[in-house]
Amino acid sequence: MLQIYCPYCQELREETEFSYSGEAHIARPLEPQQLTDAQWADYLFFRTNPRGIHHEMWYHASGCRRYFNATRNTQTYEIYETYPLGQQPALTCDIGGKR
Amino acid sequence: MERYSGFSLFKHAFSHHENWQKAWHSPAPKPSYDVVIVGGGGHGLATAYYLAKQHGITRVAVLEKGYLGGGNTGRNTTIVRSNYLWDEAARLYDHSLSLWQGLSQELNYNVMFSQRGVLNVGHNLQDMRDIERRVNANRLNGIDAEVLDTKAVKELVPIINDSPNIRYPVHGASWQASGGVARHDAVAWGYARAANSLGVDLIQQCEVTGIRRQAGAVVGVETNLGFIAAAKVACVVAGSSGVMAAHADIRLPLESYPLQALVSEPIKPVLDTVVMSNAVHAYVSQSDKGDLVIGAGIDTYNGYGQRGSFQIIEHTVSAICELFPVFSRVRMNRSWGGVVDISPDACPIISKTMIKGLYFNCGWGTGGFKATPGSGHVFAHTIAKDQAHPIAAPFNLDRFNTGHLIDEHGAAAVAH
Repeated sequence: MLQIYCPYCQELREETEFSYSGEAHIARPLEPQQLTDAQWADYLFFRTNPRGIHHEMWYHASGCRRYFNATRNTQTYEIYETYPLGQQPALTCDIGGKR
Repeated sequence: MERYSGFSLFKHAFSHHENWQKAWHSPAPKPSYDVVIVGGGGHGLATAYYLAKQHGITRVAVLEKGYLGGGNTGRNTTIVRSNYLWDEAARLYDHSLSLWQGLSQELNYNVMFSQRGVLNVGHNLQDMRDIERRVNANRLNGIDAEVLDTKAVKELVPIINDSPNIRYPVHGASWQASGGVARHDAVAWGYARAANSLGVDLIQQCEVTGIRRQAGAVVGVETNLGFIAAAKVACVVAGSSGVMAAHADIRLPLESYPLQALVSEPIKPVLDTVVMSNAVHAYVSQSDKGDLVIGAGIDTYNGYGQRGSFQIIEHTVSAICELFPVFSRVRMNRSWGGVVDISPDACPIISKTMIKGLYFNCGWGTGGFKATPGSGHVFAHTIAKDQAHPIAAPFNLDRFNTGHLIDEHGAAAVAH
């Protein structure tokens, strides 16, 4: 079970308090009607899915009920950092995928 | 290749069964092949077999980074069924089911396919409405399916808890009598042996580290054993599809998650069918050896570790114990995880790509084992003709751009 540090509560809590919300840093297109089908599909469905470092969104469902981001290794499950929404990760070395 | 038969068994008894031929050879890779298949699981080996058998393409290599059938093929709960809701999916899985029925004879290898029936249990009014809708759709597609009430379920599975006072009471089920289980390892071994006897090279401990391209077309793969040239490269690597796609600089609409299963100690025969429950996400059958084979859910977050979160197993086992109180004191022997590639519509991608000569068969998610023969069959056609098999055509990669999704999430009788 993961131990996740909530950057708002500033506490290390168990995984079951959180829910996972998928890959982070995917910005909603500002003008969706301007996109081609392929660009829209990329936004909706296509994900980096790296084996290695992954930036992802978590929701502290049983705690402060706020969203934050985490940088986690999808192979070793090590969590390198958690940071509030809107901030950039300190660790950005992509091992598995390119974006 | 020596054929397996009652006679050969008898003959080898005289030499104490010490002189059986190896089931397949392990050659060094040749410098070039017509087709290189990346991934030596059931789907990849089946693809190689049908390429050689049906299309006469025998200059084929299957590259496997570990050992044959050591990934999800050897990690699933071996359930075979075809009661999918949508026409496209029903055709694909039913095509597979029809191949399962003659598979042991075709491969001359006992895959222990046992059509013991599959129950998908409903626990509330909405479940039962969904089940009726799906059963009606199945029957229109010529798939044997029935709706059973609680009493009929209890007659089929006397040990099930039919009390109306449990948290998830059994209101009924769908029943596919032609569904069942098969021996998962034997499927990989059978296809491997049959493909090898037709001239396919099976190369283990060979990891693909790059896909070499020239002018938008594939020319071969980089591996830890050196470069292997190939006009066509077919990736059948399940959870590692994203990694392989990154080698070719393409993106796939997939995310990889660990899916867990567990088996108990062997017990006397007590369950002679397969029971699946969508709502509580638990499925169970009993193997011929006597162990209960239990499938759990996927982790909630991406992962490439072939292990899962403990609370997922706990959730599944508590559901199993409520449905089958008789199992509450059975001890569990082993649990493990496999990495499954989940697509947005819970349907596979069997497709050409924008790179000439590069094919992907992936996205089978939590339910690929049942499709092994059909998947290999239609994928081999797609590779050989460079054109999708009619059954595979709806499962192209372009459907995510056009919006023609085949939404089997939840509809496929099991939550993904």
